[in-house]
Amino acid sequence: MTVAAGTGHGARLDRPDDRGRFGEYGGMFAPETLMPALQGLATDFAEAWADAAFVARFHDLLEKYTGRPTPLHAADHLSEETGTTVLLKREDLAHTGAHKINNAIGQAILATRTGKTRLIAETGAGQHGVATATAAAYTGLECVVYMGEKDIERQSLNVQRMRMLGADVVPVAAGAATLKDAVNEAMRDWVRTVETTHYIIGSAVGPHPFPWMVREFQRIIGDESMCQLQGEPVDVVVACVGGGSNAIGMFYPFAGRDDVELVGVEAAGHGIHTGRHGASIGAGSPGILHGARTYMLQDGEGQVLEAHSISAGLDYPGVGPEHAYFADMGLARYVSITDEEALAGVDLLSRTEGIIPALESAHAIAWVAKDADRLAGKTVLINLSGRGDKDMDMIAEKAGIG
Amino acid sequence: MNRRALDDLFTRVRAEGRTAFLPFMTAGLPSPARTVECFEAMADAGADAFEVGIPYSDPMMDGPTIQVASARAIEQGMTLKGGFDVLHRVVEATGKPSLAMSYANPVFRLGPDEFARRAADAGAAGLIIADLPLEEAAPVAEACDRSGIGLVLFAAPTTQDERLERIAARAPVFIYGVAELGVTGERDEQSDHPRTLAERIRAITAVPLVMGVGISTPVQAEALAPYVDGIIVGSALVRRALESPHPITDIAEATRSLVDVLAR
Repeated sequence: MTVAAGTGHGARLDRPDDRGRFGEYGGMFAPETLMPALQGLATDFAEAWADAAFVARFHDLLEKYTGRPTPLHAADHLSEETGTTVLLKREDLAHTGAHKINNAIGQAILATRTGKTRLIAETGAGQHGVATATAAAYTGLECVVYMGEKDIERQSLNVQRMRMLGADVVPVAAGAATLKDAVNEAMRDWVRTVETTHYIIGSAVGPHPFPWMVREFQRIIGDESMCQLQGEPVDVVVACVGGGSNAIGMFYPFAGRDDVELVGVEAAGHGIHTGRHGASIGAGSPGILHGARTYMLQDGEGQVLEAHSISAGLDYPGVGPEHAYFADMGLARYVSITDEEALAGVDLLSRTEGIIPALESAHAIAWVAKDADRLAGKTVLINLSGRGDKDMDMIAEKAGIG
Repeated sequence: MNRRALDDLFTRVRAEGRTAFLPFMTAGLPSPARTVECFEAMADAGADAFEVGIPYSDPMMDGPTIQVASARAIEQGMTLKGGFDVLHRVVEATGKPSLAMSYANPVFRLGPDEFARRAADAGAAGLIIADLPLEEAAPVAEACDRSGIGLVLFAAPTTQDERLERIAARAPVFIYGVAELGVTGERDEQSDHPRTLAERIRAITAVPLVMGVGISTPVQAEALAPYVDGIIVGSALVRRALESPHPITDIAEATRSLVDVLAR
């Protein structure tokens, strides 16, 4: 079933089809051992999401435990600096410091509902790991988080937080020792433990039903924003895109409207032309990564290429399949911002608004600053997906301060 | 060679009342120069057929041993084309039916038809694609049919009977029974899973059943032999290819000890 969309666009999809596809993207490319669990999860989630008591519990936890609704902040000083009217959706103020908690709480209470006793997760920047460790502590479930060794090094604060919350953080040395490799390792754990364990995937990626389920738990960002706008028009909605959970959560309620442009900002790393980037849509091609058909970075024989971004959360060679669908349908457009521009974005928001954004979110800020001329006079809603505490060492090192 | 070679193999081992041995080895191990020799040594030691691992960057269904092997083979220059070339030389040298083992992304990157055609041209009898379940298998199964090779489908301890029936109805060249939960790798203990799964599959279909994942020792192989048409051992052999100072001798010896128990 589809909902009405504006002219010139494809239509957003209520939910993927029976094969877990958004158009030609998505699907279930998983080892047989996981297939019954994935199909069971799709049924369990559909039932839970149609159960008013489950939805009420989810929203109650979002309100009283994670501090929703997060504010919609009129960033007057940044607006002045850029000549646009900038609104910030303050996901950085949610409990644990990023939007990741929305999904972690949702999946954790789904896991308790289905009788699972153990949660596993992968994490890049550590925000999803912290969110899962938090949700596990709250629900009383055991928790193991897989994290690339390189990310453990560059996000040490979040590693300490996870351990304090009682999670076992397992370093992953394979491949580039970043997010992609952590997902592989979490999948391998799940193939072994699927009978007792739920895998809380952290972004809108992976085999069906994850991309759909994660979008549904994250769409609170866009739904709330829509309410908070109180009918005031917004011209452009911007969010950073790694796997793309904050972006799809923000975009989905706006998708298909003629009067709103959706812009996803991927990581250009050292620059698209250098080949060292994380722009799966901008510079990748369709393939199969982590169980779903989507845009990804790969060579001519289908070997997965390493991504690069200063931000661990965007350092991923794939993207959620619904973004691939949005890109092909013209429902959103995807641009990219380099490491250097993102660092300038951190600086800009810190100076003008007194808000230190996560390096991931800074990509969205930087795109607005960079495209300020074209955006002049428009109202731009930026999803400020997370706060920057975790990045202080990295930022200080790059900026030569501290 | 084509799918018929595998059909014939299972007809023969059933007639002989024994269990086939299908070792797995990553193409390019123990070294690019000696990889074909390694397969020849396994053939001489009694292997019935081969699973030739085409190294992939992100082997989600593989444990540490085969991950390291894949990474090393890729570092040493092994490619998809190179993997098919190894398979071709193995088939030429040994005459044994051989399957190419890969993951879904390389298959769809080339396109299922092109991938199946290249495999068939190299002399493969079939394909094993670790992350290609029943729901996504149709385009690859059809491509394999067009090229005359067989596609293997999996059954796991978690697979319900109703699903087993649908898998069997696809008439794969054989069912790859996933003996243990988890990814490939050696295990000290054997659970009840493989025997239970084998009995469930046997009750549903006469499609040949080959078991792998977590089977590494002659004791483990012998315990399962009465229930299956074939046994796959991978990590235990690949570990020798990675670590042994005399990999080919060691692999041949390990192969012989596995073949011996399966011949009984």
